[in-house]
Amino acid sequence: MRWWLPDAGSTFAGPIDTMFLVILILTGIALVIVEVGVVAFVIRYRARPGRKAFYTHGSTRAEVIWTAIPAVTMVALGLVSNHYWVMMKDKESVPPNAIPIGVHGKQFEWQVSYVGADGKLGTDDDVTVRNQLHIPVNQPVAIELTSEDVIHSFFVPEFRVKQDAVPGMHITAWFQATKTGEFEIGCAELCGMGHYKMRARVFVHTPDEYTAWLAQQAAGGSE
Amino acid sequence: MTGRIFSVVGGMFLLTVCSKGDNSHVQAAPPAVDPAPASATAAATAGGTISGKIKFTGTAPRNPAIDMSEEAACKSKYTTPPTEENVVAGPANALANVFVYVSAGVPAGQTFPAPATPVVLDQSGCRYHPHVFGVMVGQSVEIRNSDPVLHNIKAVAKKNRPFNVSQPSAGMKTTRTFTAPEVTVNLQCNVHGWMHAWVGVRPDPFYAVSGPDGSFSITGLPPGTYTIEAWHEKFGTQTATVTIAGTETKTANLTFAAR
Amino acid sequence: MSTVAPVRSEAHDTHHAPMSFWQKYIFSTDHKIIGIQFLFVSLFFLLVGGLLAMQIRWQLGFPGKPMPGGGILPESMISGGVILPEYYIQLVTMHGTFMVFFAIMPLLVGVYANFLIPLKLGAHDMAFPRINMWSFWLALLAGLIMVAGFFVPDGAPRAGWTMYAPLSARPDLSGATYSQQLWSISIVVLGLSSVMGSVNYITTIINHRAPGMSFFRMPLSVWSLFITAILAVLALPVLQGAAIMLLFDQTIGTHFFDPVAGGQALLWQHLFWFFGHPEVYILILPAMGMVSDIVANGSRKPIFGYYSMVFAMIGIAFLGWIVWGHHMFMSGMNPTLGSTFMVSTLLIAVPSAVKVFNWLGTMWRGNLHLHVPMLNAIGFVSMFTIGGLSGIFMAATPVDIPIHDTQFIVAHIHYVLFGGSLFALFAAIPFWYPKMFGRLMDERIGKIHFWLTFITYNLTFFPMHIIGMGGQMRRIYDPTIYDFLKPQQPMNEFISYSAFALFAVQFLFMFNFLWSLKKGKVAPQNPWNDNGLEWSLPNPAPHGNWAPKTPNVYRGPYEFSAPEAGDADFLPQTKKLPTDRDPVPASISGGGH
Repeated sequence: MRWWLPDAGSTFAGPIDTMFLVILILTGIALVIVEVGVVAFVIRYRARPGRKAFYTHGSTRAEVIWTAIPAVTMVALGLVSNHYWVMMKDKESVPPNAIPIGVHGKQFEWQVSYVGADGKLGTDDDVTVRNQLHIPVNQPVAIELTSEDVIHSFFVPEFRVKQDAVPGMHITAWFQATKTGEFEIGCAELCGMGHYKMRARVFVHTPDEYTAWLAQQAAGGSE
Repeated sequence: MTGRIFSVVGGMFLLTVCSKGDNSHVQAAPPAVDPAPASATAAATAGGTISGKIKFTGTAPRNPAIDMSEEAACKSKYTTPPTEENVVAGPANALANVFVYVSAGVPAGQTFPAPATPVVLDQSGCRYHPHVFGVMVGQSVEIRNSDPVLHNIKAVAKKNRPFNVSQPSAGMKTTRTFTAPEVTVNLQCNVHGWMHAWVGVRPDPFYAVSGPDGSFSITGLPPGTYTIEAWHEKFGTQTATVTIAGTETKTANLTFAAR
Repeated sequence: MSTVAPVRSEAHDTHHAPMSFWQKYIFSTDHKIIGIQFLFVSLFFLLVGGLLAMQIRWQLGFPGKPMPGGGILPESMISGGVILPEYYIQLVTMHGTFMVFFAIMPLLVGVYANFLIPLKLGAHDMAFPRINMWSFWLALLAGLIMVAGFFVPDGAPRAGWTMYAPLSARPDLSGATYSQQLWSISIVVLGLSSVMGSVNYITTIINHRAPGMSFFRMPLSVWSLFITAILAVLALPVLQGAAIMLLFDQTIGTHFFDPVAGGQALLWQHLFWFFGHPEVYILILPAMGMVSDIVANGSRKPIFGYYSMVFAMIGIAFLGWIVWGHHMFMSGMNPTLGSTFMVSTLLIAVPSAVKVFNWLGTMWRGNLHLHVPMLNAIGFVSMFTIGGLSGIFMAATPVDIPIHDTQFIVAHIHYVLFGGSLFALFAAIPFWYPKMFGRLMDERIGKIHFWLTFITYNLTFFPMHIIGMGGQMRRIYDPTIYDFLKPQQPMNEFISYSAFALFAVQFLFMFNFLWSLKKGKVAPQNPWNDNGLEWSLPNPAPHGNWAPKTPNVYRGPYEFSAPEAGDADFLPQTKKLPTDRDPVPASISGGGH
């Protein structure tokens, strides 16, 4: 049983997990204040014979304080968030040396296309594989997401990567894996009865393994 | 105000009711118990036969291997990697999995009751067994899942009502019936994109599927002149005309051009 | 008295010939009867939604195991007792649909806007009583049309309550045919009902306040319903439009949402969420308003920061129009839009926080009477806080990446809708029950129900935050397909057991509600020693309310423990003290017929 986010597997995990922790601390403080307040007040101010409530309509000072502190906190959070958001999602932020890989969502499989010798996606020498994404470690990868039919969503929990694949759109999602191994891809947008079975795997290779795998595909791997 | 509301709501109801519907209904029929492979019509056992061999000319295209690595439960059922079944070629360019049927010549108005025995379609090793089969209008198709994984069976049909049902675990059975003749209805699994089956739905029992050696045999034909059509999923269709006088066997060999 | 029949004053009898049973209870134009009609129908749909949830929890807790009682369902839904994937997605879709549109929204608005607004403002009825009656019958019709979806060929819609296109627009891809069209029709009819109701609420609040009832003497429940009605009248038509476009895509060959012929899949999401976000504020604001009334009553103190509370609700409602894109951060829309929606979404946390602090401030140094409504209202405050705080994780767009469309979101939704809105209803229903039925719900059963609900509810929904962080996606039929989710499966089981217990506990509420109708203690006129105008009427409130008279209002709604009250710790709005002057009579008064 895991009690936290999955183990980090990409360069995005650091900033996201740190932000998650910071937000958890901030909201945790607010939560403790409120919940302890509720319990304390219920106990302390419980009706007892002879007691009277303190008649007041409020306090402008209190309003200012508890409006300003949340507002300032939210603004700060927004600025930090936006910095990383632009880095992760903006088209201009995709590293120029990112390896392009096509991921085409279809009820109910992921068709992954690798550039052939010409280095371009969408040409005749592309190799398409079902449900297997092979990438090298420590190199940026730019997924070109498309969909055959309905909206799917490409989700790799360890990479902290999620992006909807929308029919009629070409969407780029980039990331850089930081450790080798096998990870799972799930579909994160309801796409029909087989939504739960749109499972694929990511294989993060060492550079040598990756080159070898590409060569094997070019030589006519399987369907 | 009241009238306007009613006309708007009523209009929308009409829109729904009068929308593009279709002319057929799938009914779930109970699975048949009778194992005897008897055909329904008395005339079928007596009558003429059209038989022959199906071949193709040219080079058979390669059947790609299927990578089932992402479905371990199915992959483990194979000792060598399975291949697609687009073109199943036998010795001397025999062509299997060709659906052969009588497309013309059966006297109009003659009806043939559908057999009570269902045709069984099994999903095993993430493949359909059989790959091509015939069924009569009104005859049950019993679809079984012998794999411990999700298969959905999507019927892509033009003349029949399409359906799409799932079988998430082994042992599940679903029965479907087709109500209109159609050559062919494509059955596919969307979870395992290589899985395809083809169903020829006919109003009479005069059809067959060619075996591994390319041979087929259609029996029980009353005297008459018939057009038979052979359908292959990759190579298209071929036709031939055969006249049956009594209870003889006539040979009709058909040849496709590979493409 | 032991019946539900309203007491009719003699003067009032001159207005009407005696009404038949049908006129009085079935085709009634009395806002109170209409509110009660909404109550019974919506509680029924709440039960339906709960039954659907039990099936969802069975499948998620015990994937692939035959469900007890599954045998009564047809083969298209259940095979050998095992829920099929296509039925599972119908379950999640219809659970959300029934709960949002036919349970929570009508319980908060259809019931309490109708029941409370004229009573709390000193009006005799709504501005347009006949349109009000239509509003109920259209809502019921819409509900029946939606239920029909389960019984038509191919079964119920299954693209999620959010109905994303193109899945919802293409029956060949979803499998749902007629029911998807019925969905659109139901939504259009429901929207009509909502808009009709809203027009009534807005007009009545603006035009039919009793003399002395200025806007800033209205109770926060009425303020919340006022703001909610404005949201509804502007938002529902957008959904209706989108539903009609969806219907056309399926029936007459348009392609608004299908890129195959030039449509845009994202167009649906923009339209839906432009409605959808104001909708969730429709689902929470009335709850907040009623909780304010009840917390002040239970604390025997004025609400802390009345003006802040009003402006916070206005702020929430206003900001609520410009945050819809936060449902679409992963959708593929321009990331720059993501940045702007993030800013507005983070900002909307501020007025919500202000409200929570003000409720705490109301309890602070109060003299807390922990009656059942107060317990549930305090439960609302503590649970809504969790729901609101979890929203901050999603608002921060990079953090939304791993948690979007996971159980973390499901946890958030249920903390605000159940922990929030439903707890508020568990407070409001017993609180105004005497006004509706002349009897009190049983206090002891109510307390047991509160505590057991509070415990089982948190055991059900809090762990969903954790399995969502672990990556469990939404709307998946079997999490164990994924190796990375297998270790979390015991938690899914635990959640399911908690959910079954939570559902079972609600029978206490159902029993209490129904039994008390006939056997509950007869209520005194003002059982909660409350200040609202409604408590100056007998229980149950009579047809026409104060007709032909109209009460005068002398003060704000929360003058608990005011020094002028003397020994009493409350001071009703209508009580005239020697120092009070009569307010100027309004030019339009009374309302209703």
